[in-house]
Amino acid sequence: MMNEPLAQSTLAPARGSAAAPIGELGVVLYVGGALILAVVSLLALAGVVAGPRDARAKRWILVGGLALPAVLLAALFCYALAVGGAVAAPENGDSLRVQVTGRQWWWEVRYEGGATLANELHIPVGRPVELVLGSSDVIHSFWVPPLAGKVDMIPGRSTRLVIRSNGAGAFRGQCAEYCGAQHALMAFHVVAEPAADFEDWLERQARDAAPSADPAAQRGEALFFRAGCASCHTIRGTAARGRLGPDLTHVGSRRSLAAGTLGNHVGTMGGWIGDAQALKPGSYMPPTDSLAGPELRDLAAWLEGLE
Amino acid sequence: VKLPNSLPRPAGELESLKAVWQETRGLRLLSAVNNTYIGIYYVGAALLFLVLGGALALLMRAQLALPGNDFVDYDTYNQLFTMHGSVMMFLFAVPVVEAIAILLLPPLLGARDLPFPRLSAYAFWAYATGGLIFFGTLFFDLAPDGGWFMYPPLTSWKFSPGLRADFWLLGIGFIEISAIAGAIEIIVGILRTRAPGMTLARMPVYAWAMLVVAGMIVFAFPPVIVATALLELERAFHWPIFTADDGGDPVLWQHLFWLFGHPDVYIIFLPGAGLVSLVIATMARVPLAGYRWVVGSMIATGVISFLLWVHHMFAIGMPHHLANLFSAASMLVAIPAGIQVVAWLVTLHRGRLQRAAPTWFLLAFFWIFVLGGLTGVMVAVVPFDWQVHDSYFVVAHLHYVLFGGIVFPMFAAIYYWAPMVSGRMLSERVARWACALLFIGVNLTFFPMHVAGLLGMPRRVWTYLPGLGWELPNLLASLGAAVLASGFALAFADILRRVRLAQRVDVDPWQAPTLEWLPLDNYGTRSIPRVSSREPLWDEPELRREVDSGRHFLPGVATGGRETIVTSPRSARPEYILRLPGPTWLPFIAGVGTALFFFLLTVKAFVGAALAAAVTLVAILLWAWASDPAPGDALHDVGGGIRLPDAMIGPRSHAWWAMVVLLLVDGAIFASLLFAWFYLAGGFSGWPPPGATRPPLAATLLAAFGWIAGSAALEIAARQVRDGAGAAFALLTATSLGLFVAAGSTMAMALSGIGMGPQEHAYAALAHAFFDWQALHVAVVLVLGVFLLVRLQRGLVDARRRATFDHARILAHYTAAQGLSMLAVWQT
Repeated sequence: MMNEPLAQSTLAPARGSAAAPIGELGVVLYVGGALILAVVSLLALAGVVAGPRDARAKRWILVGGLALPAVLLAALFCYALAVGGAVAAPENGDSLRVQVTGRQWWWEVRYEGGATLANELHIPVGRPVELVLGSSDVIHSFWVPPLAGKVDMIPGRSTRLVIRSNGAGAFRGQCAEYCGAQHALMAFHVVAEPAADFEDWLERQARDAAPSADPAAQRGEALFFRAGCASCHTIRGTAARGRLGPDLTHVGSRRSLAAGTLGNHVGTMGGWIGDAQALKPGSYMPPTDSLAGPELRDLAAWLEGLE
Repeated sequence: VKLPNSLPRPAGELESLKAVWQETRGLRLLSAVNNTYIGIYYVGAALLFLVLGGALALLMRAQLALPGNDFVDYDTYNQLFTMHGSVMMFLFAVPVVEAIAILLLPPLLGARDLPFPRLSAYAFWAYATGGLIFFGTLFFDLAPDGGWFMYPPLTSWKFSPGLRADFWLLGIGFIEISAIAGAIEIIVGILRTRAPGMTLARMPVYAWAMLVVAGMIVFAFPPVIVATALLELERAFHWPIFTADDGGDPVLWQHLFWLFGHPDVYIIFLPGAGLVSLVIATMARVPLAGYRWVVGSMIATGVISFLLWVHHMFAIGMPHHLANLFSAASMLVAIPAGIQVVAWLVTLHRGRLQRAAPTWFLLAFFWIFVLGGLTGVMVAVVPFDWQVHDSYFVVAHLHYVLFGGIVFPMFAAIYYWAPMVSGRMLSERVARWACALLFIGVNLTFFPMHVAGLLGMPRRVWTYLPGLGWELPNLLASLGAAVLASGFALAFADILRRVRLAQRVDVDPWQAPTLEWLPLDNYGTRSIPRVSSREPLWDEPELRREVDSGRHFLPGVATGGRETIVTSPRSARPEYILRLPGPTWLPFIAGVGTALFFFLLTVKAFVGAALAAAVTLVAILLWAWASDPAPGDALHDVGGGIRLPDAMIGPRSHAWWAMVVLLLVDGAIFASLLFAWFYLAGGFSGWPPPGATRPPLAATLLAAFGWIAGSAALEIAARQVRDGAGAAFALLTATSLGLFVAAGSTMAMALSGIGMGPQEHAYAALAHAFFDWQALHVAVVLVLGVFLLVRLQRGLVDARRRATFDHARILAHYTAAQGLSMLAVWQT
């Protein structure tokens, strides 16, 4: 799993993203706040150390309590208005549109054209992408700090967020609205890549799963259906049509398992299938203790081969 | 200047005063009702919950000290953070604010007690019992785990089956009741029991703060009362008020919750600010600078605080201009806070500071509060809030605000007033250590949380992964929590060791200017001071001696029992003597009964709940039975040539004022229901939805006639009572009750005509909720009516003894007006 120190930080915004001007606004706030705090502290200390002196209450209150804050706040409000307006401005029709649905405790991502995946979004560098956000259960909140502020995902509503990055890179996002047992382990990745790479990726994601020639993987595929996995998961191109859990058509291509909780390779896949409750207790992935070690390896091999 | 009373005082006067205010001992301590006892119990209980809530926080910090820690599991952690927030907000912050007021206001205002001692006692017992039960759910794996904000649909029946969320919803019921009871007591107490001559302009700033705060409670708690009731209806009976699929909306909850939740922040902070204003003036040995500005700022804060609630919801995807409107209001509220800070700074500069414990806590308060205020402005900035909302930045912000807003002012107050309560000082040496540990602890715990939030760490997570840069801020925060805890432990150990309830206190450690430093006994001051300035003890050095020798008002016992003087609301002219109750078990029984009722209802022990309700009702009726005593015929000389009656009826009586405040609460509850109705009606689906109709017009008109006729009959009865309550009065009252019941039943009929059950759509659910609320009113009117008729039959109602009738009448008229409004709203 990819975990760069600042992959989820508001302090390292992506170039061209909404987070960038908000980050600048933040710097103004921190510096301004520190100055005001310093002045008030010095005034308080001076009041303690110095002897009594005749301070004119009305003048101090009018200037320091009323006029100065009013001017500063008005300026701040206008600045915020400008930043907010630029960030919230609706994009023109050129933008790509992606449906993201919050579910307890993972993210369903649907592109126009059939590509459906979980816990991972790809966006083309330099192009605004409009996210249509919804929820199928409780309230979640979509937040990728290096790209943009958060927007809630509310049952019965559809909210919108435009994200954009002018540089290639991978960013981490996480649910920001408390949504129950595993709110803490509900993360995802956004990968910004050059337009050509993105188009390739999208085209691959839209395809059906390819059959495997590897005997272990073939045994795994059979196990998948025998163990009942298909009642919750879809694998396009096979008989698996379940809708409760993530679409696994190209699960092998993803950066993480269990919504940004685990890296994605045969070992983690086997472990996750074998005992999801130990890795993400409370999640809706049931334990499959009927499967033996070699079986888990076969099943993981097949799924990891779905790229 | 001639004093109200002369020396020597008659023999036995002081002895009789002591006799009627005899101290309470042993088991009968539970039956005490006067503020010297209830105030102490109340503060003690609030501090206990502070410690308990803090212990939960320590467990959370232990879990979060390291990434991927397994000190507690997710399920425990989710209960811990929900309970920590709920306990701190509902069982510590709001109660401690009211507790300090109950303890402090009577001596500060020069009253022997607040006007409704039994109400305060009742509020305390309901709170203490209910609070302990609520906290106890943690030990039975039944504690709520939906967050202190309880957003549906997560907290509704589908995603939170079981009792956990019910404990929150019903468990908060008792605190809503006790908060409102406290607010009524405080408002009427401040406006009607001030010492003669203490005009509003001479009132201590703290009393102003509490007047504003109690007024805010009246309007802020109703939305959360409605929200909790509606969510409980959804959970228990599947009425889909917050369910999007059936015409409801989960965002409605957020509006109602923050309509309460945001004013609540100022309900907690303004009393802290009031305490600071009072203590800082004494510690600086000069009057508070800019008194009028400070009072004006508090009132402005109270008003503006009701216009900000949406800033908790900037991320729900609302139109940008709407967010900006609330952003501007949120920034605006910084200005009155700034004015107060400047007034305190000027006071510091003008004075020669006493270097003692309260001062150290005030200085620590300055830093913490200003820092919290500044981050408050930051989160009011809409685009910035989109980033930091629901991140650890907000956790940091709110803890700075609450530690600055109430915890440090509270410690300053404890160190300042401990000598007033117990006659002895707390340790100055311990105070300095405790203050230093608390100050370092707060900053070490909460400052790094700003950083964690900016690094992208969301709130309410039971664990986090390594590698995101969150390890260091979390480790520092956990270490800070240990420092913070040691500061609390040190201060509380000293308080427990030294504070004892003293019978008589005659100390003046800070040379303070306000009345609570007059020599105090169980009855307050020996005589009730005549006040002629804002700093009476500074301006009249002889006042201590005069008051204590009985030369001011009411130096003895006029009516044979406990009493205090009721004065006019603005200029504090003496109006009548208020007879106060002595120790009684009724508030204890009713308070414990109320808490048990909510608890038993929650665990679905309906028989037990009904029993608790019955016991509570009987206790309250017995209490009410004694609350309408026969007025004496003679006027009583209280000194200075002033002769006062010992009872008052009509709009000048303190009870009438309490009734009006109660109806304001009631009206605000109805307004909150209307908000819910029009919010959903203006939403996504048709209203009424397909398949439903408005209630039939015929039944609606018939019910309307019933309400009007019921009210009219009562008005005619009111004319009868002036000439003595006879048979015609009884008949008219009974007729009126009958008409009310008939009107209620007709409303039920009208409701059954909408063609839809309450489980099918939010429209029907809310219409039924309206009706249930009205039915509850009719039931109360009926109980009061029967109560009145029984009193009438016993000869306890006449032209002068009519408080029971007057109050029942006011409530009945309100009920009729509310019924008419509902009928009208149903037709919209």
